[in-house]
Amino acid sequence: MNDFTLIRKNLFRKKMRAFLLIFSIMIAFLIFGVLGAFNRVLNAGVELAAADRMLTVNRINFTVSVPYAYWGRVQGVDGVRNVSHMSWFGGYYQQPTQVVQTMAVDPETYLAAYPELLIPDDQRTAFINTRTCILVGEALAEQYGWSIGDRIPLMSNIWQKADGSSSWDLDVCAIFTAAEQETPTTSAYFHYEYYNESLAFNRDQIGMMVVNTVDPSRNEQVARDIDALFANSRAETETANEAAFAKAFIEQIGSIGLILFYVVGAAFGIILLIVGTSLVMAIQERTKEIGVMKTLGFPANRIFRMVLIESIMLSLVGGLIGIGIAYLLLKGMASMLASILPGMAITPGLFLTALAIMIAFGLVTGLTPAVNAQRLRIVNALGKQ
Amino acid sequence: MSNLYQLTDLSKGYTRGREAITIFEHLTMSIDEGEFIAIMGPSGSGKTTLLNLLGGIDRPSAGSVECQGVRVDKLSEGKLARWRAANVGFIFQFYNLMPTLNAAQNVELPLLLTNLSGKARKERVATALDIVGLSDRAKHSPRQMSGGQQQRVAIARAIVADPKVLLCDEPTGDLDRKSADEILATLQLRNKDLGKTIIMVTHDPSAAKYARRELHLDKGRFVEAAELAQ
Repeated sequence: MNDFTLIRKNLFRKKMRAFLLIFSIMIAFLIFGVLGAFNRVLNAGVELAAADRMLTVNRINFTVSVPYAYWGRVQGVDGVRNVSHMSWFGGYYQQPTQVVQTMAVDPETYLAAYPELLIPDDQRTAFINTRTCILVGEALAEQYGWSIGDRIPLMSNIWQKADGSSSWDLDVCAIFTAAEQETPTTSAYFHYEYYNESLAFNRDQIGMMVVNTVDPSRNEQVARDIDALFANSRAETETANEAAFAKAFIEQIGSIGLILFYVVGAAFGIILLIVGTSLVMAIQERTKEIGVMKTLGFPANRIFRMVLIESIMLSLVGGLIGIGIAYLLLKGMASMLASILPGMAITPGLFLTALAIMIAFGLVTGLTPAVNAQRLRIVNALGKQ
Repeated sequence: MSNLYQLTDLSKGYTRGREAITIFEHLTMSIDEGEFIAIMGPSGSGKTTLLNLLGGIDRPSAGSVECQGVRVDKLSEGKLARWRAANVGFIFQFYNLMPTLNAAQNVELPLLLTNLSGKARKERVATALDIVGLSDRAKHSPRQMSGGQQQRVAIARAIVADPKVLLCDEPTGDLDRKSADEILATLQLRNKDLGKTIIMVTHDPSAAKYARRELHLDKGRFVEAAELAQ
């Protein structure tokens, strides 16, 4: 037997109470895990944004295209190192529920704009030189069992070909991985020219441009120059840093961070009160036992530590179960979420944040009962028959 | 026999609202090593308070409590806890066992404050339970045992760390005669065979007969038995 045995026995002395407290804490951390993972996915674009990368979109809205000719004009702007473009394809594979985030791009400039996409040299060359090639992310290829050499039909739920079909036949000739774990590999890219030449409508239009500047310090000036270039035209533009664009995109959905803060905060606040009150009562029930332990010679500091550890243990048990369930839930739904929320998972960073909150939660709820136990006078405690 | 306790000019009182209540004043006494003392007296006479002062779980209002040269009343809380763990075993009227622990674990509690290994602790616990005749109940929880058995576990807990002195507060107050006699015989054996000092507070004259010396406390002072009878 050791102090840990005593703590464990005290924690589970009333099994129903312990179960209910653990269940409450579990729910809070389950919510935290799922919302935290969701928030992380939404903010991934902001975190992964490169400092020298900007996006130019139609000033009306990023869903409205701009003329293809803009691409050539932006290349001539002073301070621009590389310009690429991409158009949202709205693809799916076999059935509409199997969404494939697909972009029609200019391969060479696009790969130059996004060096974090890692492709073996031969596959890179194949992608650039093969008109019907589709570059797919590793996770996407794994999801649908695609491998190099496969020919796949990719349907669009937006665009139609001149011949009336909505299907583009594409050859998987390159698979990319990511330099960082956070970079999603659930998207696909194919040649703009192959896409554009067969369109029934909206031909020679591009969704947006990706602009790399020679130096991030020149971003502001370059953005102003690009937008000035198309001022008073039929399709005015708005250029912003990639991070600002990603942030604005998230804010269109709503302030998830704020929702997370309020929902989890309210849950924690309520549970803090419940657990705190229950612990105070639990320690009060043990007043005499604490008095006996002190009589036997257990120092006040050791009793303080034991009560505090008991509270932290309660928080850790509930919290780890909650985060564990969130992890399994997200893992189980990974294939379903991959196309709409790629990379939604409990990351090591999120887990460590949760762990820190569990410990802090245990400390806060346990502090008052621990101080009460520490200060308890033996004579008063033993007087309670 | 050498002197174990020296209580000098000891006073203890407390206030209830504006009223000052004195339990005893200017009490002086000494206790030798190896004594078995029964402290008797009516309720409110200060018996338990005196026992608490001897055990260092309460502090006097004035005067001193000295145990083998150590001013118990002057020790800090931390030092006092260590002193209690090393020198004093307590036996209470209502056993005060930990309900979540079994008999062996209850007995082992004071040993958690020592540097003994797990194996050594187990051996000591087995010996202590054997002394009180409860080897076969080691894994039983307190609620699976009778009052007499629980009190024997409490005795095993009090003696397991081999303290110099046992302080017993009405140890048989909640027991039937047979169980009480068994408990008292066990205490008497510790005193006679091992020379352990036992100070026992009791209301029960037949319990007091097991002691070698009786002290009668009344209204905060020691009185002769005859004086008490009047």
